[in-house]
Amino acid sequence: MKKFEGNILFLDRSDINTDEIIPARYLTEIEKTALKPHLLEDLKLDGFDPKKDIESASMIVTRANFGCGSSREHAPWALEVNGIHAVIAVSFARIFRQNMFNCGMPAIELPEDEINAIFDTFSKDQTRMTVDIEKHEIMLQSKHQTRTTHFRISDFDRALIQTGGWVEYADWHY
Amino acid sequence: MGKTIAEKIFETHLVDEPFGDVSVLRLDRVFCHEITTPTAIEDLVARGKDRVFDPDKIKVVIDHVSPAKDSKTALQGKILRDWARRHNIQDFFDIGRNGVCHALFPEKGFVRPGFTIIMGDSHTCTHGAFGAFAAGVGTTDLEVGILKGVCAFKPPQTYRIDIIGTLRKGVFAKDIILKLIQELTVNGATNRVIEFRGKIVDEMGMDQRMTLCNMAVEAGATCGICLPDRTTVDYLWEFIKDEYSDKEEALKAFSEFGSDADATYADTKTIDVSDLEPLATYGYKPDNVKPVSEMKGTRIDQVYIGSCTNGRLEDLRIAAKVLEGHTINPHVRGIVSPATPKIYSQAMEEGILKIFMDAGFCVTNPTCGACLGMSNGVLAAGEVAASTTNRNFNGRMGKGGMVHLMSPATAAASAITGEISNSRLFAENQGAGK
Repeated sequence: MKKFEGNILFLDRSDINTDEIIPARYLTEIEKTALKPHLLEDLKLDGFDPKKDIESASMIVTRANFGCGSSREHAPWALEVNGIHAVIAVSFARIFRQNMFNCGMPAIELPEDEINAIFDTFSKDQTRMTVDIEKHEIMLQSKHQTRTTHFRISDFDRALIQTGGWVEYADWHY
Repeated sequence: MGKTIAEKIFETHLVDEPFGDVSVLRLDRVFCHEITTPTAIEDLVARGKDRVFDPDKIKVVIDHVSPAKDSKTALQGKILRDWARRHNIQDFFDIGRNGVCHALFPEKGFVRPGFTIIMGDSHTCTHGAFGAFAAGVGTTDLEVGILKGVCAFKPPQTYRIDIIGTLRKGVFAKDIILKLIQELTVNGATNRVIEFRGKIVDEMGMDQRMTLCNMAVEAGATCGICLPDRTTVDYLWEFIKDEYSDKEEALKAFSEFGSDADATYADTKTIDVSDLEPLATYGYKPDNVKPVSEMKGTRIDQVYIGSCTNGRLEDLRIAAKVLEGHTINPHVRGIVSPATPKIYSQAMEEGILKIFMDAGFCVTNPTCGACLGMSNGVLAAGEVAASTTNRNFNGRMGKGGMVHLMSPATAAASAITGEISNSRLFAENQGAGK
């Protein structure tokens, strides 16, 4: 049973790239924890303040093509060390998406209409989300609203989450 | 039913198809640099699995920050250096012999048609220019590649793009790929392989094909790929001459990987580039593209000519042709970084570096540095760069800096005028300098 839950950080923009998630000037760090204060530091988004908005979040909901650009796995690591373990989006760049699952963290795609509805209903309020990998189910809950939605995930991706990532999986199988 | 080149490469390298979801491929090459590899090495050590699947198939370079700029980058270099030594990895390129990975490794003959290649670097797609399946990956994929020599990919969906027409003088592969990214958008080819076809690609040398494939990832593609042909054989001949009796035999062997005439494509597109004029980016995404002629008056502070996109000899030759007899605008800082020692040395012999220096350019050693704002030409907030690199993301070359991507010809012309300008190579022939 793998479940991920916590408060949502809404990032209302498409094409957020990995330079915005973690700028290249911090790629000289060997320790993942050193990335912690710099997550989303260069992201320019109306009303978003990385110093205030990240701390209480453990999920991200965003638009299309999240994580495009550089292959740096520092991007999912910077999320991970900030306690953010799942990202929900319309779509992801291939490498970022693979990096998330390789680290044992879900990057889940939902149809654009569904993401629009989630933004419309919940983005103004503090919202708690649960991602249930077994049931392929996402539950959202704010003070006024609840919503349940389902997602698709391949058996291989699910196996990566269950084993803890690609190193563990590959070491076992190859 | 016919197959695409990517399908043929997948078929010949297939190790496993877990759940029928992905293809786990055997790797011919694992390339490594000092930014994304040290964390993989440290993790392997921590897991008690400090091993490599095959030291001869692993090629290593220090290129992103070279020479090291501080203690942290010195440590990254040291971790990589020590690791290469203890595993007897012969092909390790340290300062003096190092260069930008995607220029250096092809030049060393490490890339062959039909190969599978990964690297912890998104521009690994460059090597598709040789008819290889080459993909950028994260550190975990790299780590498994180093340990097991395998990597998992979704079965390839190929987007065939035919580039036809006649290219006008002063218009280059960089302009074509910017045009394509504009049309495809930044995620128009996500999870797909772009197969570059058509007369224009056939006529390109390997340097321009590498420029084309290099930026396939900016449209989201897993890999850009060109079919191997006589040009590929000519480039590789010095490395393969003992393996084949003559070039015809090599061509025949490489052509086995070529896409079949009846191959099926996920999508196709034909682009006629006869009317194409030089292009540049204007915003913070590589699909924000418009003609240079519409960007007149855009003042610049720095010009950077280099990188895995446009730091090769052909690029420097073109820029030098534009610069010859001119000096750059006094308000502009010009930086040129030949991508490898061999390119540097050839540019020196051909008098190209002298032209750059006489024009007022600083010639740096081969490194990725400025492209991603790590070293050797970081922008200050509010500064503007005309750059031959591949990404114009906000802050890419330095926090608060603005990057306009363009060809080496346009960058050189812009250095002279101090604002984004068409080169005389384009203007002379067209009467279209505007």
